[in-house]
Amino acid sequence: MHPGLNHLLFVSTSLFFIGVYGFFTRRNLVTILMSVELILNSVNLNFIAFNKYLWPHRLDGAFFTVFVIAIAAAEAAVAIAIIINLYRSHQSIDVEKAEELKY
Amino acid sequence: MPNSLYIACIPLLPLVSFALLGLFGTRVFKNLSGLLATVLLVVSTILAIWVAYNYFFHFGQANGIYQRIIAGQVTWLRFSSELSIDMGLMLDPISCMMIVVVSFISLMVHIYSLSYMKGEERYPTYYAFLSLFTFSMLGLVLSSNMFQIYIFWELVGVSSYLLIGYYYDRPGAVKASQKAFIVTRFADLGFLIGILVLSFYSNTLDFNTLIERLTNPASPGLKTALASSFLGISAITWGSVLVFMGGAGKSAMFPLHIWLPDAMEGPTPVSALIHAATMVVAGVYLVARLFPVFSISAPASLDLVTFVGVLSALLAALIACTQTDIKRVLAYSTMSQIGFMMFSLGVARHGHEEQLGYSASMFHLFTHAFFKALLFLCAGIIIHLVHSNEMNDMGGIRKNLPVTHICFLIACLAISGIPPFAGFFSKEEILQASWQRNKVVFWIALTTSGITAFYMFRLYFKIFWHKPLGHQASHADTAEGDTMIRLPLVILAIGSLLTGFIPFGRFVSADGTPVHTDLNLIFSVGPVLVGLAGIFLARWLYLNKNDAPEKIKNGTRALYTAAYHKFYIDEIYVFITRRIIFNLVGKPAAWFDRNVVDGLVNTTGNTTQIVSKKIKGLQSGKVQEYAIYFLLGAGGLALLFIYGWK
Repeated sequence: MHPGLNHLLFVSTSLFFIGVYGFFTRRNLVTILMSVELILNSVNLNFIAFNKYLWPHRLDGAFFTVFVIAIAAAEAAVAIAIIINLYRSHQSIDVEKAEELKY
Repeated sequence: MPNSLYIACIPLLPLVSFALLGLFGTRVFKNLSGLLATVLLVVSTILAIWVAYNYFFHFGQANGIYQRIIAGQVTWLRFSSELSIDMGLMLDPISCMMIVVVSFISLMVHIYSLSYMKGEERYPTYYAFLSLFTFSMLGLVLSSNMFQIYIFWELVGVSSYLLIGYYYDRPGAVKASQKAFIVTRFADLGFLIGILVLSFYSNTLDFNTLIERLTNPASPGLKTALASSFLGISAITWGSVLVFMGGAGKSAMFPLHIWLPDAMEGPTPVSALIHAATMVVAGVYLVARLFPVFSISAPASLDLVTFVGVLSALLAALIACTQTDIKRVLAYSTMSQIGFMMFSLGVARHGHEEQLGYSASMFHLFTHAFFKALLFLCAGIIIHLVHSNEMNDMGGIRKNLPVTHICFLIACLAISGIPPFAGFFSKEEILQASWQRNKVVFWIALTTSGITAFYMFRLYFKIFWHKPLGHQASHADTAEGDTMIRLPLVILAIGSLLTGFIPFGRFVSADGTPVHTDLNLIFSVGPVLVGLAGIFLARWLYLNKNDAPEKIKNGTRALYTAAYHKFYIDEIYVFITRRIIFNLVGKPAAWFDRNVVDGLVNTTGNTTQIVSKKIKGLQSGKVQEYAIYFLLGAGGLALLFIYGWK
């Protein structure tokens, strides 16, 4: 059986919800960042799948995937900078302990 | 013609001294502040006299008629190409006369206060306020623009308020200052509306243009103003009457006079300057300034001026007979004399033959400034000696205060209209003018001048005679103070003696042409006799202690009580304001404000507060909770777009 569009979409959806679950349940910021990466990659998978199966002669999906990877890299850099700063001020990277946003 | 810079210096020098003393007085100048203000004012006075001299003898006349000259003008606020508020300097006979009177009397008061107010805690502030007043009053009389005069009008009101409340730790003074401010402010409301009415029809605020447009029957402005009427009275008459209302408030005319007697809570030199000689005649000045409009276009308003003037003169004279506080007696006499000036303006009409009243009024204003300032300055010394304002605490002090005694006597004779003192000449002219125009006014005026002589000499005899000599144990030298106090008295006394001989009608008249004021000796006999009768009546009653005054008091109990209580005018005001206005207007307004206006605001606030209390738990500060809301929102939107979007 050849893997079809549906299989790929199933994988990407699973990846997405695993990412979302991780995003909401983890307390460690690094893990949260990893969950975000999962979500982004599920989207990438979607783009590639649709590109391949629906418009195989065009490159829009691939282009967007590259774009998302680049954004993800930049975002990781920013997020890690935030994490380091948070660690410096709170001596911890537990999001539960950083509640100042409400003020 | 003098450079306009010199003329501008006349009001600006006192402004400089106000700024210096107001900013640095208490820290830098301290006891020198009086001297500083006085020196600047000396310069200002010399300039004023010089300008007036040049105006009257050199450049003022063209073809034998005194012109209204704009010596300098700066546009301050421009509304349209025609309508603007300018700051200008207007020279005409009355403004030239007034700058001399104001700066001169103010100078006398400055000199007098140098030692009279010495040792006061707020000595620099006192001089700062005096300078502010002098600046505003000089600016007022030199105004070339209707709105400019209004600005300075309010400025003199403020400085009067500040000076009445100078002893701010006395509740009486505080109340009096507020009363004066509120009453005159209320009158100024009318003045402002009057300005708006007159400027609406003439489409200008400039005095020269306004007078020209509102007196020329061919001008469209006057035609519309005469044609449009409200309650059967033409718009121009309304405008004039409303302007006169402002003047009546400032000049303490009935029924807006109630603030003046209370204003005596201020320091006595201030009463002399502001509440006797200068500021209170601003209303007369205002009517005189707009006299062409009053006389040509709205003669009916002059009848009102006459009526109010006569009534004020008579009422005030009656009240003055019963008061025992010497400053209050003087205050009522001021009001009475201003009444004379007012009705004298009122009986004057347009035209060369009928304008005698105008010159007479200005003449009386001029002479009155001298003898009334003198009376108040004397009263200051007397109060200083006796430590009381009450007439009954005084008596027999003529040897303690020899100079004051003579000066006071001169001023009393002047105000009673006894020749050859100044008041005689001006009062004669007023009586003559009213005789020509209205016999009823003449008879009331004659009676009033008799009463004036009576109460002034009642004051004189009760202060200086009445009790045995040496009643007040005090050294003559210390009692009367130093030369600085006596000098202004002597100068003003000389003024009260000599100013009457000025041929005033030659210089000051409504249309700029000389008015003949030859004294009619036969006519003068009556008024002088009435004056003498008043004096002798006072002498008989008050020279020595006797029971005649008591008997008369008992004989005319109703009139006496009414006059003693100032004809219950204050009580009527209290009744109207407290019972009627507060209950019928104030309370409903307060209810509306508290329940409807405040209610709306409070409801808005409370609702916001309740809602925010309910939803503030949502904001926990936990990033992940926010992310959940975000996700729910995004999910909700997705569902909406997929299923809800048609």
